[in-house]
Amino acid sequence: MNQRIPVTELAPDFRGRAEEALADGQLRNNFRVAMDSLMTKRANAFPDADEREGLRELGNRLKAGALSRLPDLLEQLEQKLTENGVKVHWAETVEEANDLVHGIIEARKGRQVVKGKSMVSEEMEMNDYLAERGIECLESDMGEYIVQLDNEKPSHIIMPAIHKNARQVSKLFHEKLGEPETEDVNQLIQIGRRTLRRKFMDADVGVSGVNFAIAETGTLLLVENEGNGRMSTTAPPVHIAVTGIEKVVPNLRDVVPLVSLLTRSALGQPITTYVNLISGPRKPDELDGPEEVHLVLLDNGRTGAFADAQMRQTLNCIRCGACMNHCPVYTRVGGHTYGEVYPGPIGKIITPHMAGLDKVPDHPSASSLCGACGEVCPVKIPIPELLQRLRQENVKDPEQPQQVKGGGAKYSRTERWIWRGWQMLNTRPGLYRSFLWAATRFRALAPKKAGPWTENHSAPVPARRSLHDLAARHLDNNGGRPS
Amino acid sequence: MSARSNILGKLRNSLAGTTPRPDEFDEGLVTRPWRYAPEDRIARLRSLMEAVHTEVHQCRSDNWPELVADLLNKRNLTNLLCAPSKEHGRALQAHFEATEQKVELLAYDRPVEAWKEELFWNVDASLTGTLGGIAATGTIVLWPDRHEPRLMSLVPPVHIALLRASEIHDNLYDMMVAQDWAAGLPTNVLLVSGPSKTADIEQVLAYGAHGPRELIVLVLEDV
Ligand code: SF4
Repeated sequence: MNQRIPVTELAPDFRGRAEEALADGQLRNNFRVAMDSLMTKRANAFPDADEREGLRELGNRLKAGALSRLPDLLEQLEQKLTENGVKVHWAETVEEANDLVHGIIEARKGRQVVKGKSMVSEEMEMNDYLAERGIECLESDMGEYIVQLDNEKPSHIIMPAIHKNARQVSKLFHEKLGEPETEDVNQLIQIGRRTLRRKFMDADVGVSGVNFAIAETGTLLLVENEGNGRMSTTAPPVHIAVTGIEKVVPNLRDVVPLVSLLTRSALGQPITTYVNLISGPRKPDELDGPEEVHLVLLDNGRTGAFADAQMRQTLNCIRCGACMNHCPVYTRVGGHTYGEVYPGPIGKIITPHMAGLDKVPDHPSASSLCGACGEVCPVKIPIPELLQRLRQENVKDPEQPQQVKGGGAKYSRTERWIWRGWQMLNTRPGLYRSFLWAATRFRALAPKKAGPWTENHSAPVPARRSLHDLAARHLDNNGGRPS
Repeated sequence: MSARSNILGKLRNSLAGTTPRPDEFDEGLVTRPWRYAPEDRIARLRSLMEAVHTEVHQCRSDNWPELVADLLNKRNLTNLLCAPSKEHGRALQAHFEATEQKVELLAYDRPVEAWKEELFWNVDASLTGTLGGIAATGTIVLWPDRHEPRLMSLVPPVHIALLRASEIHDNLYDMMVAQDWAAGLPTNVLLVSGPSKTADIEQVLAYGAHGPRELIVLVLEDV
């Protein structure tokens, strides 16, 4: 069985991985080409800027409105789903969620699981958890399948195998499945189709994520293009959906703008091939569909983000991936560099609540704050603003109570003192002038090494005379006139 | 304390003293840009569906079975799954008998467990009705039921769908409201906008990922 192991060959820290990725020409090319094309597709899907902005604003309001009544909506969702015959489970941690899923599978003596694309199950590392307990959990999304076959993690939340090209996939299928090598994408997909069709048929349990959970009707909505989501949620006798608590929306009609924003932002499609609305298990007079449907609602740090009104906006996210497609950093270093389930801008703002900021202290600063992510986000999450906030949380005094899990990891007493000194210097004119006088007169003594800066740049040297000096002399020479 | 009460408790705590935001849904934003003159609806639906490799035919509501026979024969298909308990199933059956078609008509008349192997590997094509269509996105809407179960439109490699021209709506919102979906949904509703596809390898589009390789929509115009 091919189970995913963390990408162990990579360097242990963000900087190291980034350097490796930057030196990998093939990887950079794969990402550059893919991101350019996704950006063009999105732009073409929103030909009318007013329409786009109106819809983004609506998307933002709908999500903010839903979050402002989140506990009530979750209860309503639970009640409606229960009426429809769906069993609802709650989990605070990924361990609890895995345990719940495992329990449901064990109750049916299940041994084979097929999974439609689900980022929450990636959070849970469900494949590994089940594999350790003798249950095969197979990814059925083509991209996820390829990644799983190669013991890797997805490098993009919508396009998991975007870091690979056809030649690499062909080699992989040849080595792992014994298929003849071909770089014809159609043939490669047909290999995947054949292999997985048998699995859909035999699976005891299907697992999926959820794009939107509708409280009003008790409905789980999933979007996809391949049909693997429909297969996973229809063919096996049991369907388990796993999702974060933030996915609930009040009304059925709310999904009209949200689905449109999602598919256009993610892939530039007016709609995905399938939009699958599931409102219950097979009824007594029906001939197919799962006999049991379960929904696992996972917290995993989301209530922590929710507790902070600014950070709460992170939970607007509809996982479209547009922020990473437009991110100049992501495009250059690729998804694996982030070392976490969610890469790119969304990863930077969500991971701290899940894993703790101390686990990803370099993430908030791995950004030029160019603002592209916030500009394209279909639900208008102010990502750059949240990154700045996380930079602040990163350097807070660790002795004090933290507002973000794992805050204060980058706190440095020296740095704090340097900034204090700098502040003093700049707020006392006398002191400032003497400093300036000394810095220009003794410029030859300026340090030749200035930390990591001088690894790639020459050290800054103060000018011979300060601008102040020069301006004063200029005015003197001109009898007090500016020119 | 259960996970449920902990989660709800934390959320309530964080919301203490706040009021829920008003409902700010704006139907104009999801309908105004997506309105078409009745005579343009078919053309819009058609062009969008064709752009994603759907075969669309316009035919009369009394002669479509001939076209189905043609489509199947052209592809050398040996069988077709359709619902004899539905009006369109009966019409098709009558035509196939009268014209002595060789294509075998199969019915989905037992639980999937009783014939999974056959359904997954031996059925060439299926034919189902639809609840209507959506011009804005080039979409057909399916509400599977006991006569046309969920897997019927998913597993066979070719799916033929009948769509009444009079049931094409401008946009999803209009359709939901006109048919009052919010009052209660069946176990499964599907919006289908083309044959199954993937762009997961190098973003190259390939059709026939896990669902039907071909989607054929017959738009039936009343005689
Ligand atoms: S943060 Fe916004 S742009 Fe990024 S994945 Fe989420 S919804 Fe999409």
